[in-house]
Amino acid sequence: MIEAPLGATAERQAVIASAGAAPDGDWVIVTRGLKREYDMGGEIVRALRGVDLAIRRNEYVAIMGPSGSGKSTLMNVIGCLDTPNEGEYWLNGTRVSSMSDDALARVRNKEIGFVFQTFNLLPRASALHNVELPLVYAGVSADERRRRAREALERVQLGGRMDHRPNELSGGQRQRVAIARALVNNPSILLADEPTGNLDSTTSEEIMRVFESLADQGQTVIMVTHEPDIAQHARRVVVLRDGLIASDERRSAFVEKLGLTV
Amino acid sequence: MPFIEAIRLALQQIWVQKLKSFFTLLGVMIGVTFLIAVVSIVGGMSRYMTDQLVGKIMAVNSFELRSRPNINLGNHDDDYWRELRRRPRIKDTDIQPVTDALPDGVLWAAVGQDNLNIESKYVSKPRSVLAYTVTGDYFTIKKMAPVEGRLFSPQEYERGMNVVVIGQDVADYFFPSLDPIGRELTVRGLPYTVVGVMEKQGSAFGISFDKFIIAPHNSPLNRYVNPHGVIDGIMIQTPSREGMLSTMEDVRQVMRARHHLRPAQKDDFELETSDSALEFWNKIKGYLVIAGVALPAIGLVVGAIVIMNIMLVAVAERTREIGIRKSLGARRRDILSQFLVESATLSTVGAALGVIMGFAFAKLIAAVTPLPAAVELWSVLVGVGIGAGVGIVAGAYPASRASRLDPITALRAE
Repeated sequence: MIEAPLGATAERQAVIASAGAAPDGDWVIVTRGLKREYDMGGEIVRALRGVDLAIRRNEYVAIMGPSGSGKSTLMNVIGCLDTPNEGEYWLNGTRVSSMSDDALARVRNKEIGFVFQTFNLLPRASALHNVELPLVYAGVSADERRRRAREALERVQLGGRMDHRPNELSGGQRQRVAIARALVNNPSILLADEPTGNLDSTTSEEIMRVFESLADQGQTVIMVTHEPDIAQHARRVVVLRDGLIASDERRSAFVEKLGLTV
Repeated sequence: MPFIEAIRLALQQIWVQKLKSFFTLLGVMIGVTFLIAVVSIVGGMSRYMTDQLVGKIMAVNSFELRSRPNINLGNHDDDYWRELRRRPRIKDTDIQPVTDALPDGVLWAAVGQDNLNIESKYVSKPRSVLAYTVTGDYFTIKKMAPVEGRLFSPQEYERGMNVVVIGQDVADYFFPSLDPIGRELTVRGLPYTVVGVMEKQGSAFGISFDKFIIAPHNSPLNRYVNPHGVIDGIMIQTPSREGMLSTMEDVRQVMRARHHLRPAQKDDFELETSDSALEFWNKIKGYLVIAGVALPAIGLVVGAIVIMNIMLVAVAERTREIGIRKSLGARRRDILSQFLVESATLSTVGAALGVIMGFAFAKLIAAVTPLPAAVELWSVLVGVGIGAGVGIVAGAYPASRASRLDPITALRAE
């Protein structure tokens, strides 16, 4: 039932093993021995204890694990919101693990599209303006911004709701605005953190279909979730436990259809 | 983030919380209101002083020989005042020697003045007016002309006849709906014939310059205006500025000789020019400006503290928003400038309202009181500039706090 395409694992191990070397363009994310520790009032919490992960372009990966497994920390590091204490993180061929705050801000702007559990839209701004926001920080002109934000909203079937504020939209619509915002700057990866955590099951399915179609169009999608139902939509599932990768498995479409869980 | 975008965002933020924003910028608004009002009024008074008042009190290129200064500048010790009291007075007998020393073309006038009660048979109540006795070229130096009747003839000056010219207010009060020319005014029991009514002199700070009578120096009125032959002073006007300085020196030498002063002794008389009147005004103006700037400054400091507080609250309330913006690629300076622009905009809007209110206030004061007001462009620019400055100073700390927030913590905030 678990199928790893021949050679995939070996290639992954090879790219992880060549420490210090820039991976070629096919690898969007490569982490080597990623460690992250926090000082929680004198007690050292070791959230990541050496994570080796390699993700190719166009992959659709779910990162799973119980709470405290380090998946949120991993997602923060991958999303360039946090930096590791140790180890390498290569995003799209660039080593980002030791960048300055402002450099990380640029990487977040250009390379990463976030989708959050709580949507994180600006409440007083229209859907259109929310989607424009990453382009504002990218320095795109106002006309161009509007055009691209419209396009992105149309891609998630919200062309008719551009002037609505978040509180005038349903949960599913809000999350689609968030997805449009994440996509508007053509990021290398779409990083979703429990994207269906605040949605009912019907709406969840609807949002998962959006992710699926984006993945089909070639978008690299990384999704952090603790729900197996949601994770099974991904084509590869990475399970974290105690700050380490416990399993990293590829699924066949056949298995997904049967609805088998991990 | 582009500057225009930041301002648009800031104005939007202000508009969303209209009431709160209004109270926030109240301090700055009041500060700037008073600043503009005070500056306008002081400016108006200053223009008035230089253009009109000083010109009226003292003519151009003129000086006055006096015993003691009319205007005392600054703080003086008791010795100074004692010295002034010991000075000999300027007397009738000084007029001839002084005016003999003047070159041709120089105008002069001996002047005395005092408040005296006068009466007329057309009005039941007597009234106190300023009574002058003058000689020489008084009316020429003062540029005063009659609107009715005439000035004194040489014979009237010479023989000291009982004639007067009067100001508009005196004419209106003592001769209601009558022609004053040829009619009489009574001063200390003696009748004086009105020969002329002078043109309107106007007023300053609510004091009319038209409540006067003027008689020849040799007339009986002089006994009351200049008792014991003591006169107030001698006005001297030269055709040019350079001429004035050399003429002042001539007069000084005459007076020193008359008072038997040795070279080491200081002058025991005063030669006052219009400059000293202006100097006096400039000194007062300096104090007014300091007070006018210091008091609004307190308002601005309070305004700045309020804005800083509100911005700290805004940063706390919008921690989540800051997290979102950071996750979407906002750099520190983007967040810093967003909040700086917001507080500067807030405070500038307050200052702009203050400028408008200050103008209205100055105009109101000018309308209901005799104080003049002149609104000056530079005070508008300074007012708005101060507003922006206060906003930037007050916003600096909250904005820097916002910019340093950790994106993960900020995103988790409620």
